[in-house]
Amino acid sequence: MALDDQKSIFTFVGTRPDRPDGLDKVTGRARFGADAHAPGMLHGAILRSPHAHARIVKIDASKAEALKDVKAVVTRADFAEVPFEPGLEGEFWNVLENVMAGEKTLYDGHAVAAVAATSALAARDALKLIEVEYEVLPHVTDVDKAMEADAPVIREGAADYSVPEGMHPNVVRYHESGHGDVEAGFAEADLVVEDSFVTEATHQGYIEPHACLGSLGTDGKGELWCTTQGHWIAQKTCAALLGIETSQLRVTASEIGGGFGGKTTVFIEPVALALSRKANRPVKLVMNRSEVFRATGPTSSASMDIKIGMKKDGTITAAEGTFRLQGGAFPGAPGDMTAMCAFAPYNLTNVRQVGYDVMANRPKQAAYRAPGAPMGAFAVESVLDELCNQLGLDPVDMRLKNAAAEGSKASYGPTYERIGLVETLEAAKAHPHYSAPLKPGQGRGISCGFWFNHGGETSVSLALSEDGSAQVMVGTPDIGGSRASMALMAAEILGIPYENIRVTIADTASLGYNDVSHGSRVTYASGLATIKAAKHAVEKLCERAAAKWGIPVDAVKWENGCAVPSGPNAGDFDPLPLADITADMGATGGPISGHFEATPEGAGVSFGTHIVDAEVDPETGKTSVTRYTVIQDAGKAIHPTYVEGQYQGGAAQGIGWALNEEYIYGEDGRLQNSIFLDYRIPVASDLPMIDTVIVEVPNPGHPFGVRGVGETGIVPPLAAIANAVSNAAGVRMRQLPMSPPRILAALKDK
Amino acid sequence: MSKLHVTTTVNGDEVEYLCDPRETLLDCLRDKLNLTGAKEGCGTGDCGACSVTVDGRLVCSCLMLGVEAEGKQIETVEGIADGDVLHPLQKKFIEYAALQCGICTPGILVAAKSLLEKNPDPTEEEARYWLAGNLCRCTGYDKIIRAVMDTAAELREAS
Repeated sequence: MALDDQKSIFTFVGTRPDRPDGLDKVTGRARFGADAHAPGMLHGAILRSPHAHARIVKIDASKAEALKDVKAVVTRADFAEVPFEPGLEGEFWNVLENVMAGEKTLYDGHAVAAVAATSALAARDALKLIEVEYEVLPHVTDVDKAMEADAPVIREGAADYSVPEGMHPNVVRYHESGHGDVEAGFAEADLVVEDSFVTEATHQGYIEPHACLGSLGTDGKGELWCTTQGHWIAQKTCAALLGIETSQLRVTASEIGGGFGGKTTVFIEPVALALSRKANRPVKLVMNRSEVFRATGPTSSASMDIKIGMKKDGTITAAEGTFRLQGGAFPGAPGDMTAMCAFAPYNLTNVRQVGYDVMANRPKQAAYRAPGAPMGAFAVESVLDELCNQLGLDPVDMRLKNAAAEGSKASYGPTYERIGLVETLEAAKAHPHYSAPLKPGQGRGISCGFWFNHGGETSVSLALSEDGSAQVMVGTPDIGGSRASMALMAAEILGIPYENIRVTIADTASLGYNDVSHGSRVTYASGLATIKAAKHAVEKLCERAAAKWGIPVDAVKWENGCAVPSGPNAGDFDPLPLADITADMGATGGPISGHFEATPEGAGVSFGTHIVDAEVDPETGKTSVTRYTVIQDAGKAIHPTYVEGQYQGGAAQGIGWALNEEYIYGEDGRLQNSIFLDYRIPVASDLPMIDTVIVEVPNPGHPFGVRGVGETGIVPPLAAIANAVSNAAGVRMRQLPMSPPRILAALKDK
Repeated sequence: MSKLHVTTTVNGDEVEYLCDPRETLLDCLRDKLNLTGAKEGCGTGDCGACSVTVDGRLVCSCLMLGVEAEGKQIETVEGIADGDVLHPLQKKFIEYAALQCGICTPGILVAAKSLLEKNPDPTEEEARYWLAGNLCRCTGYDKIIRAVMDTAAELREAS
């Protein structure tokens, strides 16, 4: 999208006002997924498979159905028939199969039946009376083993057209890209380092479990309240899985207690609706934490091989990577994304990358903040660190020497427009952290990171009130303060105070289709649409002023919240404030609103550089992160405090992934750590303050220069921390998480 | 299973409810008293989103039974503000953007208030260890700790 009038001087944008929903969120008033009630409401509960892989021989729910408190039991037969197609073409089938098992259960925790009863306790009790006969099948949970010739087949026919002949049926998608001649490049190198890396699956770890309240009548009309990153995708998917018309299901997004990609699909929502349809009453369904771990969106585990050649001066001559990602019992592991992002920060003459999407008996992976990118960055940036160590190069200088810039051909194909990687590296070099002395036992790590960012389908409406205030209706759930950035952008265009703007997350019946709050797209895409909707309203305000003054509309301009006569009419009339125009809008032509809808495509890619100091205790193997600095290009920070928050949150999740978090499966294929005590995310005493530097290299694709900031922050930490730990311990760490037992083993083998 | 009658005091108001002996205090607060500020993040006492105080002591309400509340004084996030005047912690949390999604905020506010009542001058390390039972996945704790420390300083100056 060509935008000729990019703004660079701002009144509201770049300030740090209180968020509009602050009061609700500090008083307990904000209503999240589990905070809804409805008259006549029943409570649901879901029966889950204890087996990693099993054929369902028989389900007998008669004893549960006989209980007077039980009002409905559903199994797969209570959902619509959805066609099966290979790969991601049949995603509705994949989601349905994940929401409620068909012929087989495919992972520990896979749903097989559900109950609605008069209380949550009664529903849970009833589950114990449902008898399921299983024929247990061989299972596989490891990505490398799932590709071996004798691995159990999860599902025949799941592979799409991209997979070369002769691969195991568990390999379901294949990606290959690059340019140049890598063999020639390796021949030019003074040093070639080749190594293999492994990362374990982690969970997004949002503190709010999935929760919903659904009501569906036999007339095919329904209502759904749920915690989601995108209520239109929930609407579309639930309608397909229940065989009803999309528009007949109205979905309202609750406040959302974290998502990080994990709430971009549905799990319990279609089940609540199916139960409601059968019981003819509203049904509330809330997951417990163990269900969240066992049956919702972990990220992929990965196994990766990297080979990079470098000259003595630090020039990369060739780079090659193979990335095998396990995404559970369904297609979707982002091996393609890992491959495309892994070398993206560098301007390479010769590069080749291969990505595999592999199925195993684990829950269906879901997006997690820059899905696929952190693992690839860990592998690539570890090898770069090793090359720097062996060639005696400064890690920031080496990266500056190879950094991609405007006009560079990206490793994944396109040519970059204006980007800010070099600026983040220069800021890293100038930052006091980079030159601060290290204590004995400490190591420092550097890493760059890349994420594409996304536009997506977006629709925003803005309506002015008689008193001169404005309401903005957006369709992207506010997951971290986006109401504030929308209000700032609308204020900037309308010229009225931030406080006079109310931003509402509209339900699916009140606005056109909106994509999910993902891909770091909200401030970019909903922001762009808010700006355009406000400009649309300003056009109408100018028309009313022109009519009042009896001058042509192109002789009216909008300045500081007022219509002002311009050109030959300049100074003929006093400026007309917005509130004076809206005060009598009913008599001058009716309500004044603005609207904009589009699929904006100028999201603007994003880069960051992180600096980490870590200290390793050789006695216990425990790692402490002692200092952390995030430097990232935001394009333009609309509300800098919330931009900092995104940087800090991404770093903290990366620290957890690097040092402690992992899905641990037993030989029986069951998840062994499905509560927060055993799957330990970082707590306050684990972390230092996280310093941030906001670099602003405007994105040419947004009227104010915004680049999304949500995801890139989790891309560098795995590698930066691994490099810091490797440098502190004096041994290269090739597997994440670097938990104390792995550190001790690495020190022992040194 | 027959239900038990409980009389207790929540945020200064005397309340009554009937509960199953298996129901937690959190269930009773949320489902019987409609006080949905306390959240269930884990149900195992690991996340602190359900933090309340019982007779002045900080507890995870998911680890206490509803019947155990008989005769106790319970304080929840809904009782932190003094009428329409926010508690200084609430003001600072908004000012510092010490929340992103806000699901952990009620529990963290209850826990932080409890900290400052016991220790008006905590070190950063003491604040971090006190709040180690309250998981936040969004913020990395940086702005939370800053908001708590600044509130503590402001309250000390005011007293």
